[in-house]
Amino acid sequence: MTALSTDTTQRGPAGKGPKKTGWQAYSDWANDHRKWLFAAPAMAFVGILIVFPLAWTLYLSLTDASGSVRAESDFIGLENYAEVLTDTQRFWPAVGRTFYFTIGALAIQMVLGMCIALLLWRPFKGEKFVRVVILLPLVATPVAVGMMWRLILDPNIGFANQLLGFFGLPGQPWLSSPETALTTLLFVDVWQWTPMVVLILLAGLTSLSDEPDEAARIDGATAWQRFWYVTLPLMMPTVIVAVLLRGIDALKTFDILYATKGKGGGSFNEVETLNIYAYGLSFDYMDYGVASAVLILFFMIIVACMWLVTFRRKGNK
Amino acid sequence: MNALTDTQRNATTAADGSGNGTGAAKPAARRRKPIRTRAYKWFRVVALVAIVLTFLAPLVWMLLASLKTNVDIYDASKAVIFSPTWENYDNVLGRNNYFTFIFNSFWVAFVSTGLSLIIGIPAAYSMSRFAMRRSALVVLMARIIPGVSLLVPWYYVFSNLRMVGGYEVLILSHMFVALPLIVYIMMSYFDSMPLELEEAAQVDGLTPIGAFTRITLPLSVAGIATAGILSFIFSWNNFMFALVLSGANTKTLPVAIFNFVSYASIDWGGLMAAATVVTIPIMIIALFTQKYIVSGLTAGATKG
Repeated sequence: MTALSTDTTQRGPAGKGPKKTGWQAYSDWANDHRKWLFAAPAMAFVGILIVFPLAWTLYLSLTDASGSVRAESDFIGLENYAEVLTDTQRFWPAVGRTFYFTIGALAIQMVLGMCIALLLWRPFKGEKFVRVVILLPLVATPVAVGMMWRLILDPNIGFANQLLGFFGLPGQPWLSSPETALTTLLFVDVWQWTPMVVLILLAGLTSLSDEPDEAARIDGATAWQRFWYVTLPLMMPTVIVAVLLRGIDALKTFDILYATKGKGGGSFNEVETLNIYAYGLSFDYMDYGVASAVLILFFMIIVACMWLVTFRRKGNK
Repeated sequence: MNALTDTQRNATTAADGSGNGTGAAKPAARRRKPIRTRAYKWFRVVALVAIVLTFLAPLVWMLLASLKTNVDIYDASKAVIFSPTWENYDNVLGRNNYFTFIFNSFWVAFVSTGLSLIIGIPAAYSMSRFAMRRSALVVLMARIIPGVSLLVPWYYVFSNLRMVGGYEVLILSHMFVALPLIVYIMMSYFDSMPLELEEAAQVDGLTPIGAFTRITLPLSVAGIATAGILSFIFSWNNFMFALVLSGANTKTLPVAIFNFVSYASIDWGGLMAAATVVTIPIMIIALFTQKYIVSGLTAGATKG
């Protein structure tokens, strides 16, 4: 806003002069329109590669496009949506798995993340080392992480069962059983992304002022009371940012699921979330019409979840 | 690592010892506090060691397995003590053409990050200075859209243009991840930058664009580094886009690793070597640029 007003004062001497050369005119024009000039390339990129494809997905969801990408397709209205919404074999179980995975992973990550952030909050010896270590899972390539856990969790040769055996506990099937695969992957997600929550919450904790906490301490509040009634309410905005960022990514989890269980989320579709289902429909079965309908529904679910979280937040304020 | 936990432990016991010594001489009401603090200190040390082990051990295990023969991997008694071999790396790097994939990953990440910075920084500047919140929202939309919903139309268009399998398509698709990230980070960076500097420069005769390129940009190097490093990492790690859009010669590392498994029985040693090859460069970058990565990941998180 302020930049706009300085704009006119600056333009005065350059614009008024009668000996305005071509370059000068061009430069003036660029300076006057820099708001849109600067934003234009990025906006054009977004328009061409994101808005247009989304619109096309919406169109595809109303057609029976399938098979080859060059094949003819017919407009069939809402038929795909009807087919998807009545599909209790693949679609609804996938919705259930998506929510199980997201809510489970998110809840554990937030609680664990808060605990670890509180633990790292006050300075201690070796702080730097611990901070580097928690950064490592975060930057590791998800596909490599998936492969790494495949070896560790292998029922026969994996370290996880060797460790359980060492404590006299029975070995678990982990990824190889349809019952435990999704929960196991949920914990792999917790391993990889809890550090993200820790970093965000730590940034929030560090920016808090000490005074409210001190005041509560002087008034004789216990550590738990100080956390629950002072620190946590002050941290709420940061917590919500963390929930939003992690929640969106967890809903869209693809890499570790596909890398460990492959097409269709395993032979019993045991880890098939909406993202995996939509991907399979598109590129394994080439059923573009139905896939697009699933994607539009998936997108609506994500937007609805985001709206819920931000709406709650405004309500709290 | 052991050395560090030991020093940590010594430090705590030393501190506790002195605290307890003075506490013993004082009245009972005063004594309770040091004991509780001491218990908390021990709990904290144990918890920190557990955290470090949980996050580090799997990665160490991957590294160890990549240095074992497949016979040793199946032998539980050789979990930690074994004779290391470079055989797996020889196989992966030599026979399986991994240098091509490393180059592909690097090239795609490098170019997509560079192009995204070129178009993203001015856009972020404009959106920050002119408060174009609605336009910013459109760009940030890209962060919530499921990638698959874009892949279908992209695949439609690019396969009709016979571009699937080329670097251009891969770079464009990775820019979809990089651009919103860069705009998001740079916007919060420009938001926190005082306007006065630019105003002063304009009073001294620079044009607004001149003030941006000569004053604001040089002062934003830290922000640009943050955005660039993170965007490079996200592109390097990206799997889904390359899975669909890359060809036999433009495969990136994550896809190459994924394909490693599809053939016959799993060669665990080779697989772990391949997984190590893809993670090590990123971890080294992370070690040296930790500060930037953390500030980028948490950009805008504390403003509420």
